[in-house]
Amino acid sequence: MNHLLRSHAPISDVGWKLLDDEARERLTPALAARKTVDFSGPHGWDYAATNLGRIAKLDQPPAEGVTGLQRQVLAVVELRADFELSREELRDADRGAEDADLAALDDASRRIARAENVAVFHGWPGAITGISEASPHEPIPLGDAPDAYRRPVASAIERLLCDGITGPYAMALGREQFRLVVESAEHGGYPLLDHLRKILEGPIVWAPGVKGAVVVSLRGGDFQFESGQDLSIGYDSHDAEFVRLYLQESFSFHVVTPEAAVALTA
Amino acid sequence: MGFDQYHEPPEELPAATRTFARLCASLTEEAEAIGWYEQRLALETDPEASAVMRDAMGEEYKHFSMNLEFLLRRNPTWREIAQGILFKAGDIVEHAEEAEAEALDEDGGAEGGYDGSLGIGGLRGAER
Repeated sequence: MNHLLRSHAPISDVGWKLLDDEARERLTPALAARKTVDFSGPHGWDYAATNLGRIAKLDQPPAEGVTGLQRQVLAVVELRADFELSREELRDADRGAEDADLAALDDASRRIARAENVAVFHGWPGAITGISEASPHEPIPLGDAPDAYRRPVASAIERLLCDGITGPYAMALGREQFRLVVESAEHGGYPLLDHLRKILEGPIVWAPGVKGAVVVSLRGGDFQFESGQDLSIGYDSHDAEFVRLYLQESFSFHVVTPEAAVALTA
Repeated sequence: MGFDQYHEPPEELPAATRTFARLCASLTEEAEAIGWYEQRLALETDPEASAVMRDAMGEEYKHFSMNLEFLLRRNPTWREIAQGILFKAGDIVEHAEEAEAEALDEDGGAEGGYDGSLGIGGLRGAER
């Protein structure tokens, strides 16, 4: 048994499979960062830091005649979203009920996916520098009319090309902007979504938590997501009525090439 | 060009599964190459030719190992079972049975694996 303590939970094999499948199904569409940046790992729960290959000078070495340096690392962060499920619902699932109420798990999935997206695209003060805050490019306003989005997207790509950042490119779109793009057609009825995909030569990703949009290069090597413990469900405690569980992951995120992304503001 | 590594319609498969299938195919090819060099070296009498082939076989060992490590990283259950079998002295079958039982038991019979994770990993190539 590992730190998730899953075998201590009053949950059957059928129940665990139900929960894992449900979480996977809810998380996968929303994990926009993983669709646009390089992913490595999982390296395990005990993985604590990413090597940056850099050093800091240390003053006052412990003895005369020597110098001291300290390696710089990027500490792994942990994200956790707690939730509580009715044991009666899980018992019904064991009996074959196909409509078990897993709303709390669904909500936790949304929360942790959103948090991962925000951390990667916009940063986490004191812990992670996000893509948009690292980008040296002036953010480009998207404007109010979605059928005019092609201009800021084309401008973003032109800026990337000016810096020698090649494609293909992806665009992570916040929820509202995604909805506007999907429902919009240009003059002549051509879907805006398809036109933008053609400009990007890459995907448009639904990104809950993203403010506006972020255009990133997919050429690789520019943005690195290092997974320690990949998203997992763990056990916390239970009583006669409820079992308290949590979704958890650990990761670090490093912007290697800040100029390989442009933020588009709503 | 053929796409023989796919057993199901590729357009219906998630990008991560297609990548996994490509690496499985690559792993098979490397294992075949190792087998071929083993046979050639068993019969070759020219020492210079043998040296060249031994060097080439080393490359295949490396390629096979890289493929395997990639696949194990993407499939936690496979990784856990492999950890219970590889680089251990003793009875291989016994280790295998124990590793399989532990891997499947620990995760409550569900998917996931040695770390109990959901095994989502990277999603590059998946738009929705």
